[in-house]
Amino acid sequence: MKSVGRQVTFYAIAIGAWVLVARLHIWPPYLFPPPQGVLESLWAGFADHSFWIAIAVSMKRIAVGYALSVAIGVLLGLLMATSEFLEQTLGGLMVSLQSLPSICWLPIAILWFGLSEKAILFVIVMGSVLSVTISMETGRKQMPKIYAMAGRNLGARGLKLFLFVLFPASLPYVLTGLKQGWAFAWRSLIAGEMIFVSLGLGQLLMMGRDLNDMSQVIAVMILIIAIGYIVDGLIFRTFERRLQYKWGLTPAT
Amino acid sequence: MSISPQRLTSTDHRYLPSRLAAWPTSDVSTAENLRTAVEEQTPKVALHDITLEYKTNGSPLLALDHINLQVGAGEFLCVVGPSGCGKSTLLHLIAGLQQPTSGTVLIDGEPVHGPGTDRILIFQELGLFPWLTVADNVEFGLKMKGIPKRERKQKAEYYLRLVQLSQFADSYIHQLSGGMRQRVALARALATEPDVLLMDEPFAALDAQTRDLLHDELERIWTQTGRTIIFVTHNVREAARLGDRVAVFTFRPGRIKREFAVDQPRPRQIEDPAISHCAKEILDDLREEINKSLEQEYRVSS
Repeated sequence: MKSVGRQVTFYAIAIGAWVLVARLHIWPPYLFPPPQGVLESLWAGFADHSFWIAIAVSMKRIAVGYALSVAIGVLLGLLMATSEFLEQTLGGLMVSLQSLPSICWLPIAILWFGLSEKAILFVIVMGSVLSVTISMETGRKQMPKIYAMAGRNLGARGLKLFLFVLFPASLPYVLTGLKQGWAFAWRSLIAGEMIFVSLGLGQLLMMGRDLNDMSQVIAVMILIIAIGYIVDGLIFRTFERRLQYKWGLTPAT
Repeated sequence: MSISPQRLTSTDHRYLPSRLAAWPTSDVSTAENLRTAVEEQTPKVALHDITLEYKTNGSPLLALDHINLQVGAGEFLCVVGPSGCGKSTLLHLIAGLQQPTSGTVLIDGEPVHGPGTDRILIFQELGLFPWLTVADNVEFGLKMKGIPKRERKQKAEYYLRLVQLSQFADSYIHQLSGGMRQRVALARALATEPDVLLMDEPFAALDAQTRDLLHDELERIWTQTGRTIIFVTHNVREAARLGDRVAVFTFRPGRIKREFAVDQPRPRQIEDPAISHCAKEILDDLREEINKSLEQEYRVSS
C-alpha cells in the first residue's frame, strides 16, 4: 500500500501546485483555468447531457471500428501465417505501414469518404488493424502445432477448426496485440472525430478550442483518459486474468 | 513357454476362428495357411507396404521401410522400438494426419484419406486444450460431430466416470497432475467412440506408480469397451504388460523386425514373472536396435 500513499501524495502536490499557479493569475483563466473550473465544466457537461451523448457516440464508433479491425486483422494474420508468399510480401508492407501515424490516413479518408462516419471508421481501422494482424500472425506461429493436430484428429475442420481450436489457442499470444490495437483505435477515433461536427469526444475537444474554453478542453481530456483507463482495466485486464487462470499462466506483475 | 517368437501376426486367436487358433504353429506351411485365413477375415487396421521418406536439407531420410502390419478388431497391439525409429510417425499415418510416400493404410478394408473420428490418436504431448475445462475437453470431439449438448454432457460424464475423474469435470487442465491429464486424454479419445485407439507413448512422462495404475485402468477400459488399440512405447515391460502382441521395430529405417505374441491371461500384473520373462525376450531382440540408435546419437553429438 506504500505505492498508493505515494500516488496520493503526488496527485495532491500536483493539484496544489495547479491551484497555486492559477491563483497567481499569470495567465487569464480562459487559458489557465483552476481545477474547480475544470470540475465545473465536467459537471455542466454531464448535466446538459452533451458529455453523455459524446461518450455514447464515440463508444459506438470504436465498437464498430475495433470489431472491424479485429475481424480483418485476425483473418489477414492467419492468412499470412499460412502462406510464405503473403508473409514475405504483405508482411513486409504491414511492418513498414505500422510506422505511419494514424493521423496520416485522415487526408485519404476525407478525399475518399468525405466528412462522414465512414471516414472516421476508416481511420480507426487503418490505425489499429496493423498491430492486430502482425500479432495474429506471430501468435499463430508461436502457438504449439499440437493443438491444430489434436483438433483435426478429433474431427474439427475448416471454420470449426478455426473457431474452436486455432483462435482460442492463439489468444494468449495475440492478447498483447489486441490490447495495442485497441489503444491505437482509441487514439485514431479521437483524431478522426476532430475533423468535423461528429458529436463525439474529439469534436467536444475541438469545440472547447473554438470557444476558447480551456476548462472544457481539459475536462474532455480527463474524460478520454478515464474511458481509456476503464476499458483497459475493466475489459482487457479481466479478460487477461481469466485467460491466465484457465491456462495456468503466472500473472504478469 | 509363455512366448513364441516364431508365431506370426496372424496367430492371434482373438480374431481367428477357434478352429484355426488351435492349430500347431511350428509348421511353416500351416503358418502360411493361417495368414490366408486371416486375410479373408478383413483386419481392423491393415498397413500395406508403407514407406515414408522425409526430405530434410536435401538428403532424403527413409523413416519407414515397407511396413506390413495387420491388427484385428479388439486387439491390443504394442509397438516397441528405439527412439527415432518412426513408430510415432506410423501412428500419425494411421490417424491420417500424415500421408505415406507409398503404400496404403486400410481401415476395415477401406483406404484412409485424412483424419477421421473412427481412429483417435492420443499424442505423446496429449494436446489437451488449456482453454477448456476437463468436461469440455472430453466433449470436444462430440461437439465437432454436431451431437446435441445434452447427449454430449451425458457421454462426457460417462467417460469421466470411466477414468475416475468425475469430480474434476470443471477443472482446467493445468490444475491436474500428469496422471490425471493422461486420463483426460483417454476419456477425450474414448468419448468419440472410435474403433481404433492410437496411443503414442502416453505414459512415458509419468512416475512408475502412476504408470502401473494407468496400465490397470487402460486394461480394464479396453476390456470394457472392446476397442482396437495400437500402443507405441519404448518401454518393453509396458509392452509385454499390455499387448496381445508386440511388434519390434528396427532403428532407421523403421522396419518390423519381429512380432511376439504374449499369451498371458488378463488382468495382468507387471510384477508377474511370466511378463518379465516375455519382456526379457523382447528386450534381447531390441537391444541391438537400441545400440544402433545410441551410436547414431553419439555420432551426431561428437
